[in-house]
Amino acid sequence: MAEPFTILTSLPMPLIRDNIDTDQIIPSREMKSTGKTGLTDGLFAGWRYTEIGGREADTNFVLNDPHYADSQIILGGTNFGCGSSREHAVWALAEYGFRAIIAPSFAPIFSGNCVRNGILPAVIDADAIAIMEKADSPITIDLSMQKIGIHEGHSWTFPIDEEAKAMLIEGLDAIDLSLKMADDIATWQEADRAKRPWIYLGANQ
Amino acid sequence: MRKWGLFLPEPSSLFDKLWNSHVVTALPGSGALVAIDRVFLHERTGASALNSLAQAERPVADPARVFAVTDHIVDTRPGRTDKTLMPGGQAFITETRAAANAAGITLFDVNDPDQGIVHVISPELGIVLPGCTLVAPDSHTCTQGAFGALAWGIGSSEAEHAMATGTLRLNKPKSMRVCFFGTLAKGVTPKDMIMTLIAQYGAAGGKGHAVEFAGAAVSALDMEGRMTLCNMATEFSAMSGFIAPDAKTFEYLEGRRYAPKGSNWHQAVESWKQLASDTGAAFDTEIGIDASAITPMVSWGTSPENAMGISGAVPDDAGERSLEYMALDKGQKLAGTSIDAAFIGSCTNSRLSDLRRASALLKGKKIANHVKAICVPGSSRVKREAEAEGIDAIFREAGFEWRESGCSMCFYAGGESFETGSRVVSTTNRNFESRQGPGVKTHIASPETVVASALAGAIADVRELL
Repeated sequence: MAEPFTILTSLPMPLIRDNIDTDQIIPSREMKSTGKTGLTDGLFAGWRYTEIGGREADTNFVLNDPHYADSQIILGGTNFGCGSSREHAVWALAEYGFRAIIAPSFAPIFSGNCVRNGILPAVIDADAIAIMEKADSPITIDLSMQKIGIHEGHSWTFPIDEEAKAMLIEGLDAIDLSLKMADDIATWQEADRAKRPWIYLGANQ
Repeated sequence: MRKWGLFLPEPSSLFDKLWNSHVVTALPGSGALVAIDRVFLHERTGASALNSLAQAERPVADPARVFAVTDHIVDTRPGRTDKTLMPGGQAFITETRAAANAAGITLFDVNDPDQGIVHVISPELGIVLPGCTLVAPDSHTCTQGAFGALAWGIGSSEAEHAMATGTLRLNKPKSMRVCFFGTLAKGVTPKDMIMTLIAQYGAAGGKGHAVEFAGAAVSALDMEGRMTLCNMATEFSAMSGFIAPDAKTFEYLEGRRYAPKGSNWHQAVESWKQLASDTGAAFDTEIGIDASAITPMVSWGTSPENAMGISGAVPDDAGERSLEYMALDKGQKLAGTSIDAAFIGSCTNSRLSDLRRASALLKGKKIANHVKAICVPGSSRVKREAEAEGIDAIFREAGFEWRESGCSMCFYAGGESFETGSRVVSTTNRNFESRQGPGVKTHIASPETVVASALAGAIADVRELL
């Protein structure tokens, strides 16, 4: 169960490139065990170190900039998190300490993975993100108000579906919620089994 | 006479039909609890999801409808065992095996005759069916939409959810129809169709949408070509891609192991025939593409949207980062650019028809001396069938390596890869930085274009071979 997300204030780390794929967020070669943790060293490994597989920091990469050492928010580009469905990308971001990503759009699987792990994917247009980058000062995200503000007079709202919002704010577990609907599911399956018996492999093969 | 019109149902799209037939109940807000008919796992993330479920003491609700396969990091060299070239890779295989057995799900293991890439074997075995919902923790699950199924990739948490509850909590995406009208020219393939769509509308062009592929050029494709087309819907940022089932779909599936049999088969086909968008069905977005104008495509950058016709030049607005990585210049023609390697395989282009077309072009020829070339059949079945036709011999005699099936060098997991910084023409789906190995420069293209390039030793136009 993820930690509830309410109000977050942090200096955002700018990584404004379009189509940042999950291979860049965590390369497959950095997914070394079947667990969900121990992934922070692999985060952005291809861009963060001076050579592939190495661990010497490339000081030109923003993640290594001490100015952003405590950032919990990433400012991203269009189609953030495209590519592989690997949830390791989100596990690595969460384990490193990121709680929100602000981008003009997200790839759908990545966006869903974020919500399941307590990371807010906030869709904001590129112009507003450019203002936040230029300001280079802490921003405050108020999820219940769906609002992001940098200072007096500068704020933007972002859309988020009702369920994702509730999941993040309350730190809910989706499986728990759905298991409570077991009766609805059983009723539906019984009716469906009569219509599409071939779907239910155990009984009809 | 509109009198009876009042009683006619609203025309619905194929997507509406797939969606509506699986809504268990509405959820607060705009979401729905959607029934999931099939779940498919693989060894890269399967153990993680199954172990996490077991730790939470949540049983798999219906193990008969959950499958797993070893495809992602399994060794593809002959005589393989559980050992892989990926450091620590063996544990992914053995832990997935143990977890699959404990959960009581069906596993197609390393040397099972049915082993292969998940999106190749699921259709081969009739696991995906028209009108079903199928999910897998693999972004290319949309491939299976070719059968008129709603099939899409999910993360590990959602895989756990689907297995534990038989459902997922979803918001209904918008609907899009992409119509390819006209006829493909010679040497132009389904891979070129989907690459054209993504190049024209962008890697985020399908965001928020479920995409139906339609039109004469789509109907004309065989099932394997349709899978190639749907495979890259995820590279378009779509939730999924799918095609209305037809006689070709039913013919492909009849008699497959998990397909319905006897009276169930006839009942199923009757219901599947309803799975088409009604005349007048509404779509949130419609795109039309003239298939006859499509040429063989090749990517130049590090996103699938960075692609162009084979005779084109790198555009003037190309991103500096991509160009630096790919060691290309603005205005540079790709044709004639020397390559180091060629790869035929992956869930995009590794099926028997792909290998037949590639081998027909290779027959009696030799690839350029400096090119390392590898062919990895998509499944053990594809490999056997290709060998029965002598296709393996053609590949080998031309200078290709011929492998056991698996995802292989579509992605680099720390084991086998192409030489650092080398330039590869590949039938895969992603040209991301270091996707196929450290610094490897990937150009994605059709099997035909890969063969033409391997023969020439440089990126080449297959139409010159025809």
